[in-house]
Amino acid sequence: MIPVEFMLALSAILFFIGVFGFVTRRNLIAMLISIELVLNAVDLNFVVFNRYFYPAQFEGMFFTLFSIGVSAAETAVALAIIINVYRNYHSDQVNSIQNMKF
Amino acid sequence: MANIIVFCILAVVILGSAVLSVVTKRIMRAATFLLFVLFGIAGLYFLMDYTYLGAAQISIYAGGITILYIFAISMMSKRSLQGLVERLKGIRVVQGAIVALAGLAVVAFVYVKTEFLSSVKLDTITHVEVPMKQIGAALVGSDKYQYVLPFELISVFLLACIIGGVMIARKEDKK
Repeated sequence: MIPVEFMLALSAILFFIGVFGFVTRRNLIAMLISIELVLNAVDLNFVVFNRYFYPAQFEGMFFTLFSIGVSAAETAVALAIIINVYRNYHSDQVNSIQNMKF
Repeated sequence: MANIIVFCILAVVILGSAVLSVVTKRIMRAATFLLFVLFGIAGLYFLMDYTYLGAAQISIYAGGITILYIFAISMMSKRSLQGLVERLKGIRVVQGAIVALAGLAVVAFVYVKTEFLSSVKLDTITHVEVPMKQIGAALVGSDKYQYVLPFELISVFLLACIIGGVMIARKEDKK
């Protein structure tokens, strides 16, 4: 049985690696990948709290399940927007869309 | 004991791939390292005996979202993305590191100070796999602690996102 502190430490470090990537990178797809890391860390936290503190219930598991579905939808729309931005500006850096108009 | 060893291997894979994924300059490699992170997280779910969740993680995240990234990267031109060498400014790296380390310090402080974590008794937890029948009944039941409403919501939501994605990404007709 893995101690709960290990799990929580892993997910906290993963979360802040994602935050670091989000602050550092200026490429739209790289920022989206960093967001995926953050989402995965949060999902892991839900599951760990469910398993270790309330093992008879399944709320954390179902929340993670729905969160995976929502993040799939979010990724699809975000990538569509990024492809559109690339088509219009021929660039995929965030500062290329700071005016938000063509 | 074996669980601890498996966990350590998975943790090294997850954290190493995550760091490489945010610092690598080539965007295709970042997507590949993201795939390793997702597989590692799925392995952790398997380790905690949430088999259904691990399977969902692999099929949706690793199978779906990563492929979406790869296709999106491939659809943009070679010059812009595939051979992309992004210029990282030193000041921005320092700022990001400060933000991340400060947040990590706060979280670590909370974890150390709280009494909540020590209330878990590892011996009393028995790892039993959640029966599939129970998951299915909870997903489509409408009683307390059953989830038919979010289930239906997410189906409509995915449909709306498909339509929205097609609307946004299609080429506009030249008028």
